[in-house]
Amino acid sequence: MSLDLSQQSNNDTVISLEQVWKTYRMGDQDVHALAGVDLEIKRGSFWAISGSSGSGKSTMLNLLGCLDRPTSGVYRLEGQDIAKTSDDELSDLRLSYLGFIFQNFNLIQQLTVQENIELPLFYQGVDASEAAKKSKALAERVGLADRMGHRPTELSGGQQQRVAIARALMNDPSVLLADEPTGNLDTATGDSIMEILTELHDQGKTIIMVTHEPEIAAHAQHELVMRDGKIASITQNTPVIGATS
Amino acid sequence: MIGERLYRDVRLGVKTLLLHKMRSILTMMGMVFGVGAVIAMLAVGEGASKKALDEIRRLGSQNIIINSQQAVENSGQNSQRIRMNIYGLLYDDLERIQQSFDTVVRAVPAKLIRSEGRVNSRSHELRLVGTTPQWFDLVQREILAGRQLLDRDVEQNANVVVLTEHGARKLLAGQTPVGSQVLIKQGYFKVVGVIKSESTQSGTMQTPDQNIDAYIPLNVAIERFGDITTIRGNGSRSRELVELHQLIVEVDDREHVESTAASIERMLSMFHPKGDYRMSVPLALLRQAESTQRTFNIVLGSIAGISLLIGGIGIMNIMLASVTERTREIGIRRAIGAQRKQIIGQFLIETVVLSMTGGLIGIGIGLLIPWIITMVADMPTVVTPWSVMLSVVISVGIGIIFGMYPAMRAANLDPIEALRHE
Ligand SMILES: Nc1ncnc2c1ncn2[C@@H]1O[C@H](COP(=O)(O)OP(=O)(O)OP(=O)(O)O)[C@@H](O)[C@H]1O
Ligand SMILES: [Mg+2]
Repeated sequence: MSLDLSQQSNNDTVISLEQVWKTYRMGDQDVHALAGVDLEIKRGSFWAISGSSGSGKSTMLNLLGCLDRPTSGVYRLEGQDIAKTSDDELSDLRLSYLGFIFQNFNLIQQLTVQENIELPLFYQGVDASEAAKKSKALAERVGLADRMGHRPTELSGGQQQRVAIARALMNDPSVLLADEPTGNLDTATGDSIMEILTELHDQGKTIIMVTHEPEIAAHAQHELVMRDGKIASITQNTPVIGATS
Repeated sequence: MIGERLYRDVRLGVKTLLLHKMRSILTMMGMVFGVGAVIAMLAVGEGASKKALDEIRRLGSQNIIINSQQAVENSGQNSQRIRMNIYGLLYDDLERIQQSFDTVVRAVPAKLIRSEGRVNSRSHELRLVGTTPQWFDLVQREILAGRQLLDRDVEQNANVVVLTEHGARKLLAGQTPVGSQVLIKQGYFKVVGVIKSESTQSGTMQTPDQNIDAYIPLNVAIERFGDITTIRGNGSRSRELVELHQLIVEVDDREHVESTAASIERMLSMFHPKGDYRMSVPLALLRQAESTQRTFNIVLGSIAGISLLIGGIGIMNIMLASVTERTREIGIRRAIGAQRKQIIGQFLIETVVLSMTGGLIGIGIGLLIPWIITMVADMPTVVTPWSVMLSVVISVGIGIIFGMYPAMRAANLDPIEALRHE
């Protein structure tokens, strides 16, 4: 790992955005997907981002997920300014600090459940036996210990999302990023996924989730609403289900 | 550690390829037949050329062979009056060649005689060669019984004969040859030995002992048979006078063969303005065969190159389709934290596994085909180790070269776009 961790300024802040702009050029017209966003996300907090279609939610999440760099402004992840990082270093940041949960689960079809869960450690170069131990523990935690040899296609949507959550936790990330994690699931299954996320939050995980369903957003501590690439409002929720902070 | 990584990467590649078994097999076919064809064709070519080269070597790559030959105008002029053709190499030519060239180790004369040979009551038409003991040093053949001609046979004008195995079978089928007496032209010749003979024809050249039944000392041959031969044919009779039918000149070094041949040619042409002789140089044939082989190899190489190119393009085509198909997988891997080079590695390993497996099966086929050809068509084939090694290297190389572009395409996909891909 070539990244310098000594830069960590404030250990309580995982993510900070200062005047972040993301501008796409469409023909001769500039589209500001993000237009001057300031945000600080503390370790252990749970955020829900909502807003109308085209307001910039996905752009925001991709940026936070180090899949993209801002056009201007400063994004610090664990104190690292990602504007100066190379493509390889961005990959390393994702590998070390981030875990992704997607709306459509995004499991790799030709791999078994176990192999999918172990993928981050595969890229970290952790040896197989250690990875197997860890994946087994995480599978147990999401209630899929008996499905380790199965293919993703043999699982229900809810089960696939649990596998995805286990995979996202495999590298002990600083932040879990979830884009509409319940969007492809029925209400009951969605609730069970939210239960897991809430539990993870209770155990101290930092979670940022995009959703347009108010009931889902209600699980978070902070509800952030986007409009036209800007933060329109941030609402603090009163804890609903057994929140500790 | 690296070994374990590679093992995991290769295992993943194999697993992925096995997901589409039929497609992988069809993709490999180009390599299988490309490599198989290369090895098989090289084996057949190598076998054919080895056979040709062996034959030429048996003619003696250090030898120059000069044969007497009737000049065309000669026969026309003389036929009306005396019907006597005088042509060919002279005893003096032998002297001159032996004396004038430093590079000549020996020059061996041959006088060809057709005569009846009789053992007990059986008689056979024989092809005899009158020659010197040096013949046996030059045309080295295995002695099956007794001995070859010796200098003392010449000195003593001895009526001795050495039979070839062919002649011995003809004359003395079943009898112990050595010590037998053969009646040739009113004289008894004692059989002193039997030697092996070889017959090889390469173009217009043949081994000197082709169709020869027996050898007698040259001086005995001259004394008994003279230089004039009567030929009966087509109801007419013609006579010809030929001193020597053949001279075989051995040169000290391969490097000197061609220059010596040119010098001898120059000298002979002075004494034989009618050109009643013909020179042949096996080495020239050898050179020609080698250059034919080179040309053959170039043609073969091109064909092989094209077929491997097609195989490679086939692999590239499938890998490009696979990259498109697996765009989302690539996006997922990149989101998790895979670097570009790891994506390149993953796809390259798949193509190399494909091309190398194809190559290895191809080698199997390439070994099998020559074997079948040898069994069925009785053609010699030689599979050279370098052609097999070359095939392995080429198939891996093809995998890397043709896999590189699809792999780069995969690695350069934007992760966000890739994740959105359906
Ligand atoms: N790659 C791109 N090229 C050009 N414009 C883009 C690109 N990505 C996003 N945009 C634009 O940026 C704006 C924000 O898009 P974004 O995808 O972040 O919206 P969103 O809030 O996720 O919407 P939705 O709820 O429909 O997913 C939109 O106007 C969109 O057209
Ligand atoms: Mg979106």
